Amino acid sequence: MSLWVDQFRPKTLDDLHYHESLSARLKSLAASGDFPHMLFYGPSGAGKKTRISCTLRQLFGTGVEKLKIDQRVFLSPSKRKLEVNIVQSNFHIEITPSEAGNFDRVVIQELLKEIAQTQQVDLNAKQRFKVVIINEADSLSRDAQAALRRTMEKYMSNMRIILCANSTSRLIAPIKSRCLLMRVAAPTSDEMHQVLAHIAKKKKFDLPPEIAQEIIDDSGGNLRKAILVFEALKMQSPDFSGSLTIAKPDWETYCHKVADLIIQEQSPARVMEVRAKFYELLSHCIPPTVILKTVAERVVDRVDEALKPDIMHWAAIYEVRMRQGNKKIYHLEAWVVKVMSIYKHFFYDIDMGAFD
Amino acid sequence: MASFFNIQHSKPAPKHSVDPALQPWVEKYRPKTIDDVSAQEHTIAVLQKTLTSTNLPHMLFYGPPGTGKTSTILALSRQLFGPDNFRNRVLELNASDERGISIVREKIKNFARQTPRAQAVASDGKTYPCPPYKIIILDEADSMTQDAQGALRRIMETYARITRFCLVCNYVTRIIEPLASRCSKFRFTPLDSASTSARLSQIATAEHIPLDPSVISTLISISSGDLRRSITYLQSASRLSASTSPPTPITALDIQEIAGVVPDAIIADFARALGVESTTEYMDVDDGQRGVKGFERVKKKVKGLMREGYSASQILSQLHDHLIPHPTVTARQKSECALAFAEADKALCDGADEELWILEVGLRVHKAVSS
Ligand SMILES: Nc1ncnc2c1ncn2[C@@H]1O[C@H](COP(=O)(O)OP(=O)(O)OP(=O)(O)O)[C@@H](O)[C@H]1O
Ligand SMILES: [Mg+2]
Repeated sequence: MSLWVDQFRPKTLDDLHYHESLSARLKSLAASGDFPHMLFYGPSGAGKKTRISCTLRQLFGTGVEKLKIDQRVFLSPSKRKLEVNIVQSNFHIEITPSEAGNFDRVVIQELLKEIAQTQQVDLNAKQRFKVVIINEADSLSRDAQAALRRTMEKYMSNMRIILCANSTSRLIAPIKSRCLLMRVAAPTSDEMHQVLAHIAKKKKFDLPPEIAQEIIDDSGGNLRKAILVFEALKMQSPDFSGSLTIAKPDWETYCHKVADLIIQEQSPARVMEVRAKFYELLSHCIPPTVILKTVAERVVDRVDEALKPDIMHWAAIYEVRMRQGNKKIYHLEAWVVKVMSIYKHFFYDIDMGAFD
Repeated sequence: MASFFNIQHSKPAPKHSVDPALQPWVEKYRPKTIDDVSAQEHTIAVLQKTLTSTNLPHMLFYGPPGTGKTSTILALSRQLFGPDNFRNRVLELNASDERGISIVREKIKNFARQTPRAQAVASDGKTYPCPPYKIIILDEADSMTQDAQGALRRIMETYARITRFCLVCNYVTRIIEPLASRCSKFRFTPLDSASTSARLSQIATAEHIPLDPSVISTLISISSGDLRRSITYLQSASRLSASTSPPTPITALDIQEIAGVVPDAIIADFARALGVESTTEYMDVDDGQRGVKGFERVKKKVKGLMREGYSASQILSQLHDHLIPHPTVTARQKSECALAFAEADKALCDGADEELWILEVGLRVHKAVSS
């Protein structure tokens, strides 16, 4: 039994629920033969991947659904071995370059060249080209992006690239210039209602609208999350009776605790306490940006209006520094100290001017 | 693995067998001769001379994407050597090839080994100058390491007699000075409106699609001098408009949608949430947020924009364009906003979180205009 998110994942462009005009656009592009390189971008859980696989299906037929996972070994310039998982069908190949860490350039370079030099062997194939899907393209290193530039032009006759990213800001201009941009917005609340209702209907039960609304409000536009929560609730209470609570993920609760600690007391001892909690979160692989944003949003919810902009300002500042720096914890901690000092000064109504 | 990588190394896909109707327009309309290159008059004039004298210096082409650098050097090479000799006289290396300097050296050594011999009449009956040297194109040279560039100096000198180098890059500052100083530099500028417009019209005519002047002007303003981008947009738009039945003409709105431009009404609405009063009577987007003020309102708006998936840099640039000419915002307020924009732009280039920085800009603009 697969999860609902997988079970009810649309397979064709016609099955897709929302953004009809986008689906129509993809359909006409897939039919045209002069299919361009594409860049899909949008928030997570908006359905980028689903849309991409529907497009592939439109391009090549059901053959693309026969997937194999292979492990390939690449050699870094220093002759270190890199193992990368690659998902592929006879018509396409899918890579997540961040798996190769600092050597994403080597991986991209090798793979694309290999593919560019192969020809479509299946004579019945609908397209003469193969498709390379690059996930998390916004985490590609500059080097790797640079390596894509001319390759995208040179091997256009037998290869198309589909990039999938959360945002386009981190992609260099020459790459964007070579792609058709496809924005995939998060579904609206109404659209999410439809999707949930559709699943309920398929599963033959009734979904009370107020429960649906609660799930949707909680999801923040992330349809994947909404469907996962939906399934979890259904397991919890098959007829949606009793007091249902949408369980927050542990890390989120933990972040909220951190925020509360900051607001309760501002002292060096408290900073140390918070620091230990940050370490805990980091060691569970919660991305530091997510930690900072979650804690900051909670803090902001609980302080005076006058303090809010300042707290977010410093969150923005320390988040960039964190990315450029090496040790994430320094910057998280610096932000906490900053917030505590702002808070305390405000509380005791001390003239802030002297501390800027 | 076997089925996918059924490699036929010996036979790379024959380039010219592609059905032109199915070719992306950027390739289909890549200039065939240097005269065919739009704009870049100065560069073309100089290169035209080298074509007659057949004496080529080492060259460095630099400029933003989609301005014709690669096209120009390919066209020039083709005009010099003709179709028969192109393959053995021109070596194209780019960042996607392995560019460890030892490999570059090896390749160049092999390539430059035989002294080229001139051959007068080509198979297509035309005569080509076919000067007695080979051309080595290093496309995207800005992604070569400093060391590799350093080593390249020697290589250039060693083979100076029988090779000419053409370095192509976007960012000229990434080329080390000793290398740059060995080359004649050619700057490729973003295409001006007139050239873009002429080129687009030419393509539209060749493809038999009607093109409204408003569409052209939208393409020009969106692509900011990147011809590749405007051609890609035009082709997608025409594909879409042809696929409806009956076919509808391309509209400026189609182009904006394809290019990921945020609709003006949304930007105006965002600006209003920041306290900038609107100048045009856009339809009020009723978001049930009327009562909410200040921080909470800005935050909600930012979250909404992020959910729509608009790119942060796009939002920034459009908000900027909305604010700067704004009649009621004072100059002092505008300069405070400008500071925020500048910082955010830098942060985004450094890979900062988009939501945090759009919020930051929003809050600072809000503060500036309400003070
Ligand atoms: N000046 C120009 N005249 C005519 N066509 C152009 C010109 N500039 C760009 N184009 C069109 O855009 C496409 C891409 O141009 P080209 O490959 O020469 O760009 P580039 O300057 O090398 O860009 P990049 O820096 O991204 O490599 C060409 O195929 C051509 O269709
Ligand atoms: Mg180029």
